[in-house]
Amino acid sequence: MARSVTTRHKTIATVAAWIVALLIFFPILYTIITSFKSEQEAIQGFNLIPSGTFESYAEVQAQSGYFKFFLNSVILSVGSTILALLVAIPAAWSMAFSPTKRTKDILMWMLSTKMMPAVAVLFPIYLIFRDLDLLDSRIGLMVMLMLINLPIVVWMLYTYFREIPGEILEAARMDGASLWNEIIHVLTPMAVPGIASTMLLNIILAWNEAFWTIRLTTTDAAPLTAFISSFSSPQGLFWAKLSAASTLAIAPILIMGWFSQKQLVRGLTFGAVK
Amino acid sequence: MKLRTLILGLCSASALAFAAHAESITIATVNNGDMVRMQKLTDDFTKANPDIQLNWVTLEENVLRERVTTDIATKGGQYDVMTIGTYEVPIWAKQSWLLPLEKLGADYDVKDIIPAIAGGLSVDGKLYAAPFYGESSFVMYRKDLMEKAGLKMPDAPTWDFIRQAADKMTDRANGVNGICLRGKAGWGENMAFLTAMSNSFGARWFDMDWKPQFDQPEWKKTLQFYVDMMKADGPEGASSNGFNENLALFQQGKCGMWIDATVAASFVSDPKNSTVADKVGYALAPDNGLGKRGNWLWAWSLAIPAGTTKADAAEKFVSWATSKHYAELVASKEGWANVPPGTRSSLYANPEYQKAAPFAKMTLDSINAADPTHPTVKPVPYVGVQFVAIPEFQGLGTTVGQLFSAALAGQSSVDDALKQAQDAATATMTEGGYIK
Repeated sequence: MARSVTTRHKTIATVAAWIVALLIFFPILYTIITSFKSEQEAIQGFNLIPSGTFESYAEVQAQSGYFKFFLNSVILSVGSTILALLVAIPAAWSMAFSPTKRTKDILMWMLSTKMMPAVAVLFPIYLIFRDLDLLDSRIGLMVMLMLINLPIVVWMLYTYFREIPGEILEAARMDGASLWNEIIHVLTPMAVPGIASTMLLNIILAWNEAFWTIRLTTTDAAPLTAFISSFSSPQGLFWAKLSAASTLAIAPILIMGWFSQKQLVRGLTFGAVK
Repeated sequence: MKLRTLILGLCSASALAFAAHAESITIATVNNGDMVRMQKLTDDFTKANPDIQLNWVTLEENVLRERVTTDIATKGGQYDVMTIGTYEVPIWAKQSWLLPLEKLGADYDVKDIIPAIAGGLSVDGKLYAAPFYGESSFVMYRKDLMEKAGLKMPDAPTWDFIRQAADKMTDRANGVNGICLRGKAGWGENMAFLTAMSNSFGARWFDMDWKPQFDQPEWKKTLQFYVDMMKADGPEGASSNGFNENLALFQQGKCGMWIDATVAASFVSDPKNSTVADKVGYALAPDNGLGKRGNWLWAWSLAIPAGTTKADAAEKFVSWATSKHYAELVASKEGWANVPPGTRSSLYANPEYQKAAPFAKMTLDSINAADPTHPTVKPVPYVGVQFVAIPEFQGLGTTVGQLFSAALAGQSSVDDALKQAQDAATATMTEGGYIK
């Protein structure tokens, strides 16, 4: 009896999970479906079966070269993630293994920077970028994306590092390991799963960042977010083309997310129940 | 072998020398059909000007406005040519953010620009932006439904006629709404329509002392008429409909009439996308016999920011893109119907254009019927037909737009919406130092 109740609960939970997942994924699915419709089909109300035309993709590619934007997205998201890890690993290490009275406050303060609306600092940041000649440069944007995501990266790494027993590091120190060796050869290998999931999440966040990547670029450093934005029009119906541009922009990150979902889920739920 | 190496070397050296001399200019633009077409035709410009390279940045209208405002205000120098509208030009020119266009060339023929359009882009007699395409608003209607209703649309209808026609054309059983109008909140959305409409009802945003006028009977008449007509004959959920939503409804045959931008004519009459392409008629925007019609005036124009270091190259490009030669280039490649409308008188005198664009005369008449320097029945201290050309208008227009959209959705009464609009406008104008 108890077993059948458990099975029923499991079935209900599974069905509920599928419904929620489908609801969340549906807008993306419908965007993909719409990208294979003609413009006329796209405006004719709800329809899940497209005619299967590729004309929107051809027009999108002809109108503005996809690959230049794609390359910028890859460089910016991977570059900013590497930069973020370089800064965040030592920061999280010190907070996890040598905490002070103010560590929690510092972590909270770092997170609080995410609570401010980005537009509030648009002008100061724009002026700094202008004066440092960083407008429309990949380096400038990489630093910007690193700074935006740094609080989350530090928080995630801090949570993982806290799971690693301090005794192991102590043992390494007793064996004569230097600080550098301790972080690189002892801590990092043990935290690889955590670092990997943090890295994946950060790449996704940097890939999808649309406020700064649109506002601090013009042509040379513009990533896929700027590519999508160029297909939005207040006068004229270009829904199929806009959907095709969006599909092209999210496809690489969607594929990456699919293959690395185990690490992602583990990373996001790690430490959540403690 | 040696000779070939020498020739190759010379070629590389000259290519490098050319690259070193080529000047690149960055053009910020919006994504609409005419602008996209221009990008495809720029070979004609670069062939004649091999020392100028063109970089394009295409952005959504609101993002473009925000980006160019940020860049121009901080003198970021990211753009050499920017696409801006009739609203920005007088404000930015007064701030010295734009360069006057004084070197457009001997064959440019500035006087050929339609006077109403040129007036909106000039400050103190100087042209600060060259119009790329201009538009007004007019009535698009279904000729078959009008005939079925036993009515005939006059060339210059009154609001009473529009109301009567909307009532008769509404056929809820067959999904036909008598009239579709903008309801989505925004200074460039419902407020563009309602401000233009209010001009024909004798209303105005401010009196000569910048005192808001929403407490006057003219605004009450305007908003009450709009809300009553839309409730009786408009589509469901009209308070979320902007240009694109109404375009989709009209193209699917769900609107008897639609009053909106003249540029929509080319979309609704395109058989590839419109199911009613051969059934559309056009008429001037309605009036109330007070001397002003409810149509607006807008021109997407090319301007040069004061921060550019490549003003000469930029002005050469602006001159090319808005010239008579460009119109002929588009006509030769894609037909006269695709030439950017609403900027030059010579285009409307061209018999080939008249033949290719059945809406040409009505478009020109609509543009000529709008006067941005005298937009209202009573005198006003501002310029602009469907907007007030002051920096505060974007924010205030959107706030008032939200109040009026709520009245359309039935969330508040017309009287409440007007009272709140009056309070919001008074606060903004006092804060801005307009009201002493």
